[in-house]
Amino acid sequence: MKIIADTGKCVGAGQCVLTEPALFDQDEDDGTIIVLNEAPEGELVDKAREAVLVCPGQVLSLEE
Amino acid sequence: MTTTEKHEFPMARTCPFAPPSAYEQIREEEPVSRVRLPDGWAWVVSRHEDVRTVLNDRRFSADRQHPDFPALVKGEAASRRPDEERLLIAMDAPEHGPARRAVLGEFTVRRLEALRPRIQEIVDERIDALLAGPRPADLVNALSLPVPSLVICEMLGVPYADHEFFQDLTVKTFRQSTPPEERMAAMGAIQGYMADLIAEKEQNPPDDLLGRQIVKLRAEGTYRRSALVGMGLLLLVAGHETTANMISLSTVAFLRNPEQLALIKADPGNTLNAVEEMLRYFTIIDVASARLCVEDIEVGGQLIRAGEGVLTLGHAANRDPRAFENPDELDVERSARHHVAFGFGPHQCLGQNLARMELQIVFDTLFRRVPTLELAVDVDDLPFKDDANIYGLYRLPVTW
Ligand code: HEM
Ligand code: SF4
Repeated sequence: MKIIADTGKCVGAGQCVLTEPALFDQDEDDGTIIVLNEAPEGELVDKAREAVLVCPGQVLSLEE
Repeated sequence: MTTTEKHEFPMARTCPFAPPSAYEQIREEEPVSRVRLPDGWAWVVSRHEDVRTVLNDRRFSADRQHPDFPALVKGEAASRRPDEERLLIAMDAPEHGPARRAVLGEFTVRRLEALRPRIQEIVDERIDALLAGPRPADLVNALSLPVPSLVICEMLGVPYADHEFFQDLTVKTFRQSTPPEERMAAMGAIQGYMADLIAEKEQNPPDDLLGRQIVKLRAEGTYRRSALVGMGLLLLVAGHETTANMISLSTVAFLRNPEQLALIKADPGNTLNAVEEMLRYFTIIDVASARLCVEDIEVGGQLIRAGEGVLTLGHAANRDPRAFENPDELDVERSARHHVAFGFGPHQCLGQNLARMELQIVFDTLFRRVPTLELAVDVDDLPFKDDANIYGLYRLPVTW
């Protein structure tokens, strides 16, 4: 699985970081998304799905 | 197409723990329908999916100064100033993104985590004072308001000694019965206060949010005092009243549902999840996320035309059975994170992770330190804010 982030749409709410700090971080200057791990495995797959569901900018999608 | 309006908005809650009773009927029978406003009409959008669509589509504008933006208060549209600078919450793309990103760095999960010990200290101090004072006590004044006010004042660098001044003005601006001229005057007074404060900070910018913004924006060559005044004002107002209401309402909900309270007391690891559920359950900002359609679009099978107003019913969406199982049940163990209590899309609450942390710390600390906390009056006698655009409690008498 691969995480695709359309970062131009990121509204910097940090919901993804709150979901899983091992997968996502925020730029310390403007709060926008940084994907730390594009290819989650195991338990992190569920976390990636949750992040897709809660992201307010509909920035994230998954390539199965 | 429905051309007549069956319902009048804004609609008051009849039960503090449920949305207005007509919401269910609207959502299930006419999910996108026309309603009457004090001075006209607007569409309401009520299903979770449709609310998210509206709030994350550029064909809907957040421009609250636009003459056609839906007005919830009679005569409000007439008091708008379309030529004036917009607050962040009323900006659209392309202006909105850069303005928001300018402050986002102050609200990242990581930055806020560094504030946690200080917020814990503030909560502990308020609870020390509560326990040292007389019983019964008003929890709104003892805890719900001072915690978020102290936190946002410290972050911004606003003297807390002035809190009564802006708290009174904030309550006035959110009360629906406040005449538009008085609302404008109240906003003007907070604005004047913020302008003086920022002018002073410009001399020698301190290491607080406002001071850091001055330094950063000056370095980028984009600093304008009026823009920072607007941002400071919005953060000050948005940052305390909302969280205060959530603290008060959630406390009542926990006390009425001891089995739910037991779950967070047994394992504080559950508290953040409970915070999400409380946000969903009360949805204190309901019709406040209104929008103006600027380009024809179909939502939930209904054509909405440019120039028409839309109210996104967050509370109907957060009780939509398509998105939440047994939506009318308070269940602190459910996963509720996809709620729209903080809105959705580009304007989704900028302070949400601060609010989450404050609520988490308050719940964990209050019920641990005051285990015998109880309401000092009947729930029916509590003064709920039925007349305000942000739901909450004016007072919350408790004893222990
Ligand atoms: C539980 C407490 C809170 C709730 C329920 C809440 C709710 C909301 C909602 C629904 C919106 C979106 C409005 C719209 O789409 O038109 C919003 C926006 C906003 N909130 Fe909050 N809020 C809370 C706490 C805070 C705090 C603590 C702060 C600041 C420290 C804050 C600052 C803001 C700002 C600046 C915006 C405008 C963002 C933008 O337009 O880009 N809020 N809030
Ligand atoms: S949740 Fe979405 S909008 Fe928010 S920071 Fe992450 S990617 Fe950006």
